[in-house]
Amino acid sequence: MSLHTLTRPGAPRAAFGKIVLNEARLAWRQPAGIVAGIGISLLLLIIFGEIHVFRQHDARLGELSAFQVYIPILISFSIGILALAYLPGPLVSYREQGILRRLSTTPVPASWVLAAQLVVQACLMMIATGILIAVSVAFFGESAPGNPAGFVLALMLSIAALFAVGLAIAAAARTPGAARGLMAAAFYPLMFFSGIYFPMQLLPGVFQGISHLTPLGAAVQAVQDSMLGEFPPAAPLLVLVAYALVFGYLAKRFFRWE
Amino acid sequence: MRTYMAGEASMLRPKGAGETISKAVSRGAGAHLGRTAGRPAVQITHLRKTYGPVTAVDDVSLSVAEGEIFGILGPNGAGKTTTVECAIGLRVPDAGTVSLFGLDPQSDRREIHEIVGVQLQSSAFPAKLRVGEILDMYRSFYRQPADVTELAEALGLAGKRRDYYRSLSGGQRQRLSVALALIGRPKIAVLDEMTAGLDPQGRRDAWNLIERVRERGVTIVLVTHFMEEAERLCDRVALIDGGRIVALDTPASLAARARGGKSIRFLPSAPFDDRLLTGLAEVTRVEREGRHVVVTGTGELASAVILTLHAAGLEARDVRLDASTLEDAFVRLTGTHLNEEEEQS
Repeated sequence: MSLHTLTRPGAPRAAFGKIVLNEARLAWRQPAGIVAGIGISLLLLIIFGEIHVFRQHDARLGELSAFQVYIPILISFSIGILALAYLPGPLVSYREQGILRRLSTTPVPASWVLAAQLVVQACLMMIATGILIAVSVAFFGESAPGNPAGFVLALMLSIAALFAVGLAIAAAARTPGAARGLMAAAFYPLMFFSGIYFPMQLLPGVFQGISHLTPLGAAVQAVQDSMLGEFPPAAPLLVLVAYALVFGYLAKRFFRWE
Repeated sequence: MRTYMAGEASMLRPKGAGETISKAVSRGAGAHLGRTAGRPAVQITHLRKTYGPVTAVDDVSLSVAEGEIFGILGPNGAGKTTTVECAIGLRVPDAGTVSLFGLDPQSDRREIHEIVGVQLQSSAFPAKLRVGEILDMYRSFYRQPADVTELAEALGLAGKRRDYYRSLSGGQRQRLSVALALIGRPKIAVLDEMTAGLDPQGRRDAWNLIERVRERGVTIVLVTHFMEEAERLCDRVALIDGGRIVALDTPASLAARARGGKSIRFLPSAPFDDRLLTGLAEVTRVEREGRHVVVTGTGELASAVILTLHAAGLEARDVRLDASTLEDAFVRLTGTHLNEEEEQS
């Protein structure tokens, strides 16, 4: 045993790995999150890819095809549904069942479970993104993101912003039922403004203005631009940073461990 | 009141079952010896905790020596759980101090969590984790953990390690919870209603385990409302009622205090005058229950009564000796029956 572990009590680092492993097992054994977060967007991608008119370039969509417009929307759908629906749920029920409380009597801080959840969900989001890009390139002849650095940055900020909103839901909801209600109240309007029902380009300008101020709308904008080869403009990136900071602060301020 | 047949040794305990139990659980004493030697394991002074208008704990003071099994006994809502939750740092007291081996549960949280193992009354685990996965994870939290295989065996969970938590019975969940309290080889184990939900055999197994854990120097604080458990395991017991300690002593002294004595009940071979016995120094009261006589008193009551009867040419038949129990003490001191409380809960 090293001097370090003798003189400084606290949980061994390996404990975090064990917690992540168990959270990953739970995600695998209760696969609703995987089905929703990866399966639905992949299915929609394939369907849209098979629709002939979706492959035609359209002046109203800035000379993009509907399929190209939908790729970033489906990526943000994956991120959104995992962060808003499948992140708060386990945290709220862990709190309700006393799992977080029990953990807080061990050398491991209860916040490690929350961090492990973020790791697992972020992995699912990146897997979903990777699959959507790979399928669109391999089977539908689209090109890979033109600005990889911008793409990764847009992705990371989108994940951070949506995590913050999801954690704020977990902080506000007392019960798993309340979490589901808040999730639904947030998710469907946010999905509308991401353009999943109608691409924003087809709607009046006021909708686009609102969309750019919502986390999923900003995420779509930033990811779209980076896929087309540009570094994303400052506006959507700043919107995402703002959501990450404001909702992250609210979550931290109001999250209850028991 | 518990009744023993004459000649039966009331304190005889079956010992020796379960020899395999847990070398694993017991090494805790080494970890922080340098910092903590010579201090009481638990020292609580003038603890007070209120929830809004309700005073849950009101001026509780107690001290638990290292290696002791200390019982906290009382009806539901008496403040038992609040007391131990303040002791382990889960709740912040409104007034008073708590120290575990000289450490403060609030400011020395990290050290406290290393040396204290906790079993909470209401804790669950994710339904779809396997028992072995939960044990492995909790094991990784500690620097000198117990051996999972031995611990699982000692608690009858060896065959359950592949099972999902949700498939466990109430008793198995309870045993897992006790296992997790001991998995870090704590110096102090705080067990809140350890045997609630266990069948009689499971309860005896858990008691054996606790005795083995104690033999290796672990201090144990046991919250319970099972009298038998407190009498069997505890060196000392604090009776708590309405947030206050109403009595604190060994189980035997508490029981003796409850009635100030013992009684002998017998069938005399022939009628006799009560004054024959009321004159004896040991006797405080003589009552008739049908043809039986019940004599209450102190000291060597039984031999005094029987020798006196014998000298008068009488024989005592069908003799029963009654020793008052902790339960009697409890009823007397709190005016509540623990068993009634149990049924309500």
